Amino acid sequence: MSHFQPELRQRAEELVALYPRSRSAMLPLLHLAQEQDGYLSEAGIEEVAGLTGTTSADVRGTASFYDMFHLEPVGKYVVGVCTNIACLLAGGEEFLEHASQTLGCAVGATSEDGLFTLEETECLADCDKAPCVQVNHRYVRTTTPESFDTLVGDLRKGVHDADIPSHGTLIRVKRNGGLRASHDEIREQRATSSAARAKRAEGNS
Amino acid sequence: MTDVIKTTVTLNVNGRPIEVKPGELLIEACEQAGDYIPRFCYHPRMEPVGMCRMCLVEVDGPRGATLQPACYIHVTDGMNVTTNSEKVKKAQDGVLEFLLANHPLDCPVCDKGGECPLQDQTLTHGSGETRFIEEKRHFVKPIEIGKLVLLDRERCIQCARCTRFSDEVAGDTEIAFSGRGDLIEVAPSPTKPFDSVFSGNTVQICPVGALTAKPYRFSARPWDLEQVESTCTTCAVGCRVAVQSSGNRLTRILGVDSDPVNHGWLCDKGRFSLDSIDGNEESRDLLSAATRISQPLLRENGVLKEVTWDEALEAAASILRNAAQSSDGVGAVGGASLTNEGAFAWERLVRGVLGSEHLDAQFGDGLDPVVLQALPKATIDEAAAAKTIVTLTGDLREELPVLFLRLRENIVRQNSALIEFGFGPSALRSLARVSLAIRPGEAHLAARALCDGSDAPKGAIFTNEELEEARQHIGDSGEGVVFVVGRANLAEDSSVLEEAIRRFAERYPNATFLVALRRANVMGALDMGLAPRLRPGRGVDVAASGRDTLDQLAALRDGEQKALLVLGGCLIGNVADAPAARAALEKADVIAVTGHGGATLAYASVVLPAAVQHERRGTVTNIEGRVSAVTPKIVAPGSAWPDVAIAAELAELLGQSIGLTSVEQAAKAIEETTGYPALSVMNDELHDGVVVGRADASSLRHALDPMAFPGIRSTEAVGIASYTGSTTTVLAHSSGVTKGASLSDLTSSPEIEVGIADAYSLTLYASRRLYDRGIAMQGSPALQPLIPSSALALHHVDLDRLGVESGTVVKVTGARGSILLPVVLDEHVARGSAGIFVGTLNSSGENPLDVLFDPEHLISQVRLETR
Ligand code: SF4
Ligand code: SF4
Ligand code: FES
Ligand code: FES
Repeated sequence: MSHFQPELRQRAEELVALYPRSRSAMLPLLHLAQEQDGYLSEAGIEEVAGLTGTTSADVRGTASFYDMFHLEPVGKYVVGVCTNIACLLAGGEEFLEHASQTLGCAVGATSEDGLFTLEETECLADCDKAPCVQVNHRYVRTTTPESFDTLVGDLRKGVHDADIPSHGTLIRVKRNGGLRASHDEIREQRATSSAARAKRAEGNS
Repeated sequence: MTDVIKTTVTLNVNGRPIEVKPGELLIEACEQAGDYIPRFCYHPRMEPVGMCRMCLVEVDGPRGATLQPACYIHVTDGMNVTTNSEKVKKAQDGVLEFLLANHPLDCPVCDKGGECPLQDQTLTHGSGETRFIEEKRHFVKPIEIGKLVLLDRERCIQCARCTRFSDEVAGDTEIAFSGRGDLIEVAPSPTKPFDSVFSGNTVQICPVGALTAKPYRFSARPWDLEQVESTCTTCAVGCRVAVQSSGNRLTRILGVDSDPVNHGWLCDKGRFSLDSIDGNEESRDLLSAATRISQPLLRENGVLKEVTWDEALEAAASILRNAAQSSDGVGAVGGASLTNEGAFAWERLVRGVLGSEHLDAQFGDGLDPVVLQALPKATIDEAAAAKTIVTLTGDLREELPVLFLRLRENIVRQNSALIEFGFGPSALRSLARVSLAIRPGEAHLAARALCDGSDAPKGAIFTNEELEEARQHIGDSGEGVVFVVGRANLAEDSSVLEEAIRRFAERYPNATFLVALRRANVMGALDMGLAPRLRPGRGVDVAASGRDTLDQLAALRDGEQKALLVLGGCLIGNVADAPAARAALEKADVIAVTGHGGATLAYASVVLPAAVQHERRGTVTNIEGRVSAVTPKIVAPGSAWPDVAIAAELAELLGQSIGLTSVEQAAKAIEETTGYPALSVMNDELHDGVVVGRADASSLRHALDPMAFPGIRSTEAVGIASYTGSTTTVLAHSSGVTKGASLSDLTSSPEIEVGIADAYSLTLYASRRLYDRGIAMQGSPALQPLIPSSALALHHVDLDRLGVESGTVVKVTGARGSILLPVVLDEHVARGSAGIFVGTLNSSGENPLDVLFDPEHLISQVRLETR
């Protein structure tokens, strides 16, 4: 029995077929596994090992190199705060400290309600909006402690459900998955999120 | 114009010109020239990775001399290399400083201390001072990554030798690097621990004390150990080993790099079973393999009592004397665990003194000895280099582990074609070009179809296309093809496989054969004539006829034979039909010559204690016919004797002489009467031994430093030159009425009729596991817990058909009754057959083969019922 749900399993098989050596498909497959489970569960890792003709030790080893793969369960929202040079100068460390207090969990840990995991990150390539914060790898542009607290409140209330889906969903993978993943789908998603953002902006003003 | 292919290139190393083969790695070239370059990650038996940078040397290039890793670049003509400049020394110093920055000060409590390449190279190339005052990284100290291996992550220098071994050599990738930066660690999967049967090799090649072996950990200091070079006789691959002891206890076995045999690798059974030789002093149970037999025993009033050698020998002699009065009254079985010298002495006693042709080194679990002797042989090297390898064996990883490594390496590296006749589980399956799945009782039909060019037999589970593809790879005459043949299934009569092998040999005259029989010196025992019709020196007397093991058991049961000599090994533990063997021994006068307890001793009237491996001197012969020396490291316990002495004394008491009183004399007699190179190998102690019948048998003798060689030579060992031994030419011949065996000696057997299984039955596939209930495993506290319990393996089609799930306990009914076994899914088991492992017990301590084996038929059939 496949651990992947049928649709994902199909996409996984398409991905494997893209490469002359199935092992090359390991990273995109890990994204799929994370998309389904929110993190890389042992069953997910074994599924990827089976699909790529490797072993779970090998897959786990590879995944552990990358910070964006989680080998432990994470919260619904993974909050990343940058403390690299530009953000550091703009108070990134203090911001991280503040985030830790607001979320009620230490850096690297998950809040008790299982909603948030807090991470300290390297440069997120958005230095002009320092200190930079991402939630589930989406820029949220909250540069002050107050706006951060508002964001956390909104996340709890589900205000962002449309534009910040649960952890694991990476549009990039969907786009590349199978090379025939529909651009329409992506466009549609983008439209939904910008609409949601616009709506919120209206509400705020 | 013809291209001139250059056979050497010339480069300058420290101003001296040296000539080496093109394509050679610089690190090897420099070493040949006498400039040893320090290293950690490079291992000559694995692909270079250039991870540790300890081997940096200066190489001239267009932009002047730059530092480059010598293990990662190939020599080119005119290359200018400096290995001893200030710059190089600074680089080495720097690399060591970085390595030590995160290395704990564990040397006083580290197993590797005293034989540690990091210690040695720091002493030679390091600065002698540390500038590092920061906190080092910390990990929980040792974690168990497998049942036999512990990992101390702080000590790891990330050389990737262990992970490369697991991936590249063993092929099971059970460990890999996990994490990044200073948090990187070697890790197995949390659900699949590092339990590879080759795990001990990683401990040996780890250049620091990060990986330690549980059985050896903290048991000795390397400078307190003494060692000799010998041959492992746990199976018939015959890996070269360094045997180490402290006092009279074996402490450790390490692999020695023998180019034609084991490349330095060992399996965990060979490496860690040494406790079974030391024996468990507490164990008194004579029926347990963990008990060492150290005194002669004689049965009085039903109980085995310790007696003197004189009493025991006299009792044994009188049994033999009485039994030999009736013609065909005595016989001998066993001998595969002896040395060639021991086997030769017993052969002289049984044939010469007792006048019996009833002797057999195999316990009915091998193949027809005349077929084996008649096959044109291949060496392991030849099999590994063959363009096509055809296997008709059990799982080689389980039966002859290091042979599996050798074959696997070449299939992967040279892309040679593997054609597998597969009955059940096989670790080579994923590499097979063609896998012809066959059920028990079908091998000869499959072979016939292959050889005759006909269609796949009716009901076969392989296709005509697969068959045709196999034919393509084998070609017309079998040129360049090696057949690896063994006894895959104990629940199938050997005639089925023998018929298949004979067809192969006749159809493909240019193919050669490697015999994959498992028991230690089985080939040597056969070469010494321990089988009906065979004669010492690989001769065959076609006119003779004698009883093999199964016939002897039948004759004992019928009272035609009175006495039985059991020469080493446990008869009951090894025959397929143990209940029948028990019934036979019940009626016989049994003399057991053995070093270990076992079920057979329940029937013994006299037990004569013999020295076992690592306690005796002599030679053994491996699967390819390579004779190599075994050297004693410890003294046998109590008053155990070498076999030659026991046979000689018995002969004296029987009023005759076998003309041998010492092992040396036996070796000399073997060599003088048959040309078999026993004495020369024993005296020269040639590292690689000598293959019987091969003209160019040069061999190497070198300084024994297995921790260092190959790969990392501890600094002290640098400068000890290799010594090339004399070239010996050997051709075994036989004298008198005998001649070498040939295929034409074989009467072709009548048509083999295998009953067809009905739709509800499954045919039984009883295969071997490395970890079984044999002496080596049971006698060793480290290995004993690894023996699995029995299960019944089925293909998913059969699981579905029978409506059972993996894990359910089912009632399995065979010829002799029923047994409860859990069912496991195994896609390697052929559809329609059911796999069990020989030498395992179910949860109530029953042996499935005892119940399910059908002695009346060529194959055994079983039925399943869910409870
Ligand atoms: S455990 Fe030993 S062999 Fe493995 S990477 Fe570390 S130092 Fe190298
Ligand atoms: S493969 Fe055989 S000979 Fe080699 S170490 Fe293992 S048991 Fe010993
Ligand atoms: S330094 Fe923070 S986003 Fe670049
Ligand atoms: S980099 Fe050459 S030995 Fe490690």
